[in-house]
Amino acid sequence: MDMPISAGSGVVDRSKKNITIRRLLLQLRAFIALIILFTFFAAYSDGFLNENNLIILTKQVAINAILGIGMTFVILTSGIDLSVGSIVGLCGMVAGALISQGLRIQALDAVVYFTFWPLVVIVLIVGMIIGLVNGILITRFNVAPFIATLGTLYIARGLAMLMNNGATFTNFADPKLGEPAFVKLGSEKLLALPYSIWIMAVMGVIAVFLTMKTPFGRQIFAIGGNKRAAQLSGVRVKSVTMLTYVISGLCSGMVGLIIASQLRASHPATGEGYELNAIAAVVLGGTSLSGGRGAIGGTIIGAFVIGVLNNGMTLENVSSFWQQVITGIVIILAVIIDQVQQRLQERNMV
Amino acid sequence: MIAAAQIEKQVDTTPEVILYTEQISKIYPGTVALDKVNFHVYQGKVNVLVGENGAGKSTLMKILAGVERPTEGRLLLEEQAIAPHNPREAEELGIGIIYQELNLFPNLNIAENIYMAHEITQGNAVIRHKEQEKRAAELLSRLEQPIDPKTPVANLRIGQQQIVEIAKALALNTRILIMDEPTSALSNAEVEVLVRVIEQLKANGVTIIYISHKLEELMQIGDYITVLRDGHLVAESPMSEVSLPWIIERMVGRETTATYQPPKHEMGEELLRVDGLTLPRPAGAGYLLENVSFSLRAGEILGIDGLMGAGRTELFECLMGLHPHAKGEIWLAGNKAKGSSLDQRIKHGLMLIPEDRQREGLVADLSVAQNMLLASLKKYMRVIYLSKRKERDNVTRLVRELAIKVSNIDFPVSSLSGGNQQKVVVGKALLTGPKVLLMDEPTRGIDVGAKEEIFMIMRQLAARGLGIIFVSTELKEILTAADRILVMSKGRITKEFLHDEATQQALVEASAIGHELVRKEV
Repeated sequence: MDMPISAGSGVVDRSKKNITIRRLLLQLRAFIALIILFTFFAAYSDGFLNENNLIILTKQVAINAILGIGMTFVILTSGIDLSVGSIVGLCGMVAGALISQGLRIQALDAVVYFTFWPLVVIVLIVGMIIGLVNGILITRFNVAPFIATLGTLYIARGLAMLMNNGATFTNFADPKLGEPAFVKLGSEKLLALPYSIWIMAVMGVIAVFLTMKTPFGRQIFAIGGNKRAAQLSGVRVKSVTMLTYVISGLCSGMVGLIIASQLRASHPATGEGYELNAIAAVVLGGTSLSGGRGAIGGTIIGAFVIGVLNNGMTLENVSSFWQQVITGIVIILAVIIDQVQQRLQERNMV
Repeated sequence: MIAAAQIEKQVDTTPEVILYTEQISKIYPGTVALDKVNFHVYQGKVNVLVGENGAGKSTLMKILAGVERPTEGRLLLEEQAIAPHNPREAEELGIGIIYQELNLFPNLNIAENIYMAHEITQGNAVIRHKEQEKRAAELLSRLEQPIDPKTPVANLRIGQQQIVEIAKALALNTRILIMDEPTSALSNAEVEVLVRVIEQLKANGVTIIYISHKLEELMQIGDYITVLRDGHLVAESPMSEVSLPWIIERMVGRETTATYQPPKHEMGEELLRVDGLTLPRPAGAGYLLENVSFSLRAGEILGIDGLMGAGRTELFECLMGLHPHAKGEIWLAGNKAKGSSLDQRIKHGLMLIPEDRQREGLVADLSVAQNMLLASLKKYMRVIYLSKRKERDNVTRLVRELAIKVSNIDFPVSSLSGGNQQKVVVGKALLTGPKVLLMDEPTRGIDVGAKEEIFMIMRQLAARGLGIIFVSTELKEILTAADRILVMSKGRITKEFLHDEATQQALVEASAIGHELVRKEV
């Protein structure tokens, strides 16, 4: 029945140099934008290159970048995770409860207080469990990712509120209570950089390795690009998709820990709206919301762009209202450039 | 009227020609889809268009419906030259088309579907639902199908949905209605209803252009028949003057370009045995596959013939474990296939090359190399990561073996031609180390040269001891490439032929078993 409509388009010679340079510039656009922004604020804003300011900046960026790393996995499969902010809040509260109240075991009539490492592991597991719930809802019950994670957004936030009846856990630094090592996580530095930056870097390297160097990563791209073709190639679409939500939950749990340790307290409303910041970082980094295209590195750069922009504007006393307007414009511009790039690519290919 | 040289029979000039394509050609890069076709469409008649896949029927229809523009030639509607640039313009000229895959909105009701994008409105803004429903009801009763126009289309059977499509065309005052394989998804009872509706349309002066693969059916419905072959119009005649063998002969042509190459090697042991494979229809009665049993030996190429809906694709899907509720046993090299997940079947040595490259075979965003490696990633692991060298070695080996024309294996797979894309899919399958390859329409949408290459590759793979099962709707392909042929119809295997016993005629007859129409009472 069908005529060979696309037959004979032939092999393409894309060696023309100017095209290559243009493409390179487009692909590195987030990085170029970051350099321009950084130079701009370094030149015009006095406090910008101040060591303290840079540390504040990177601490903010780390939080968004870690969430963005998890989000990138999910978005690459053409999913979305709206629950990350709530998981941050819930995991912070779990950490707070374990530190200040311990875990009451009814049968033994005892209260267990955890040391640093078990505490971290438990909190991360809580984050992964919420992620697993997302994954199960999406792959086993066929709930659309947007809806499933919108549901868990409310559920996790509600649970966070229930942990202490809407109240905050405070005074993690109190030597009588729990674990002093936990506070160090948020306050101390390694080689002049806060721990959270190192955590971001390590997680970033692992994530780049996973996406670029393992079958799991390749399969994520395949699922996002063409789920049916992936399935027929023997990819376990459901398991792989589920795992991306677990990773996102893990990243959220990590951020919950970092924030709680930095504030030395955990508040149940922590993380509200973080999911949108994370999505913005992913999109700015050039990952396609329809899945199959993108990179972890882009997301981290995207998080830096947002961070530098906000930090610089704050230093320059741009009102926070205008900051929001400008951030919005930058995100939309990034997506428009993305569309232009795709169209150029298609045209060069025919 | 101009009598073209290639038309065999002089056509009776009594009925009026409403539409005429004068020397229409359509050239795509690499292929000539239509070559100077002079097609007559007779007023108020059922004008049947037949031809094998790739003969140019679809292209011709798309040109008439304004979807494609001809490269050369012109269209004459009642002797006026027309050039519809898009479907909307064709509609305004009174030419409508019903595609094989219906274009309806299941979430909307019948009336809303009929008047989609042509809504009856108050002051060009507000839809007059009552009026639309009234007129829709009139149209449906004109077609003798009194269905409530407020029924959501999702609740209708396929046959009824087709009636809605027809009503939609009538609402636009369509004078020429093109129907592309309208019966391919219909039950026998629904086909009878459609035949009556077509009679009704003719009585109302509507001209029908009817495309079908089911030769017996169109012999009953048609008034005129036009045969296309390889982009040429080879014959045109009143239906009353032709016979089934006449049609087949014209469709196929006497000479075949490629010839069967008998295997130069001995057939090996039994690789695959399928025993009593049965797949019930998802909803309601009947079977998509009914008690299908056969076997395949190493080095053998088995062709499966059958019409659309005969169960060929479902057979492959069952073999790959995509229908967990299918019953029956599958044995691979003497081992019963356990489990029903696709990756287990791949481990057993089965691999599918799906029919639709774009939708099922390839990930367009990934590179040639990444696509090829996708089904066998675990093999390129070094400890915990993918070894770039192992990946590269395997891809370049297959690019060489399959003679894939690609300047850089890191380019997106979408930059390749259809034939080379198909080879990438074949390469992906081979990298899984299969024992049995299942190829669903392996030559769909690729040009003639690439087709022959694909068949050569199949023969080479068979010589290496693989078993190959392939499905094709093109008889010529099955006859030239298969060592043994199974014919399916309505979910059952109706006939089996060795290569030497098979003829076109026999295959066509076997694939029509179960499709016989109740004779028209006039």
